[in-house]
Amino acid sequence: MPKILIPTPLRQYVDRKDSVEVAGATIGEVLGALTTQYPDLRKNLYSDEGKLRSFVNVYVNDEDIRYLSKDKTEVKAADTISIVPSIAGGGR
Amino acid sequence: MELSKDEILRYSRHLIMPEVGMEGQLKLKAAKVLLVGTGGLGAPMALYLTAAGVGTIGLVDFDAVDYTNLQRQVIHGTKDVGKPKIDSAIETMNDINPFVKVIRHEVALTSENAMDLVKDYDLVADGTDNFPTRYLVNDVCVLLNKPNVYGSIFRFEGQATIFAAEGGPCYRCLYPEPPPPGLVPSCAEGGVLGILPGVVGLIQATEVVKLILGKGETLVGRLMLYDALNMKFRELKLRKSDECPICGPNRTIHQLIDYHQFCGIPDHPPEPETGVTENEIEVTALKGKSAPSKKPAPKKTAKRAKRKK
Repeated sequence: MPKILIPTPLRQYVDRKDSVEVAGATIGEVLGALTTQYPDLRKNLYSDEGKLRSFVNVYVNDEDIRYLSKDKTEVKAADTISIVPSIAGGGR
Repeated sequence: MELSKDEILRYSRHLIMPEVGMEGQLKLKAAKVLLVGTGGLGAPMALYLTAAGVGTIGLVDFDAVDYTNLQRQVIHGTKDVGKPKIDSAIETMNDINPFVKVIRHEVALTSENAMDLVKDYDLVADGTDNFPTRYLVNDVCVLLNKPNVYGSIFRFEGQATIFAAEGGPCYRCLYPEPPPPGLVPSCAEGGVLGILPGVVGLIQATEVVKLILGKGETLVGRLMLYDALNMKFRELKLRKSDECPICGPNRTIHQLIDYHQFCGIPDHPPEPETGVTENEIEVTALKGKSAPSKKPAPKKTAKRAKRKK
């Protein structure tokens, strides 16, 4: 199953895990399974209209899905999926 | 421009390296770098860029040193608590290297002053800690064609890259919009490992030096992710977006905007009186952010993209 790396700010919604493995053949399926398993994560990843939020990017290995096939991007069992939200901290 | 005898001795470990040499050291001396913020990221950048001999370093900061800053803002010491950060930083920098000219900008970076402030520098390093200022710095750098050496941190995790370099992506290519207030926790809320900004700030400083020297492979087009807890570095590809509102072919932004409004922060809560610690200030600020009023802010306040440490 593809592995999804969870960034620090979102770990609170996935029982503090730093990665989760879920089944799915496309990014849409994988993130769908992830947010079904962890419903609190949904509003942080998707807008009310069901669109991936614009301050969150999703990568398959090192490539941004916006430049692949977005939600329909295929994923294989060996792939690593990264969720990368914008963080603004500068050490205050 | 040439180096004095003292400078030749001081920079001898640079001068003997083929990647720097006299030519590179003179480039460093001629360079003008603007550091936005002298906090967690700005502190290590200022220390090392000063030691490395960057000729002119501008500092933008208007805060005072707080006791809780000392866990990570290593340019300030215990004796500096209560002093303006900019004074404390300049004092340390002058001590490290009196050959460096430090220019003080004791102001908040705003849509009104940012273009004027940035235009005389060769490049900018962003060490701010809030979304309005991040977008402001990005937009100024895109509009003025200045590379923006970017770093940001949260708890044990850091990100670094270079935005707005020739042909490279900008911050808005990566993140067209900021998260709504309250959704992403701030450092003050989530905490930060004191050493983390040191590592990320020095990745930024390294990239600043490489850009000036024109050597090596820079982080343009790559987002470096650093996970201190698992001690892992990873990198992701960054692309210039055709849909980018400020650097794309059909751009809609041609000048600086109101960044507080853009980030959904309609107004600032009044600053607490003296005697209140930074943490309490942040809690007040967070309350204001989590319950934004619908009322539009007075123009001047809303446009003030307050840069924190």
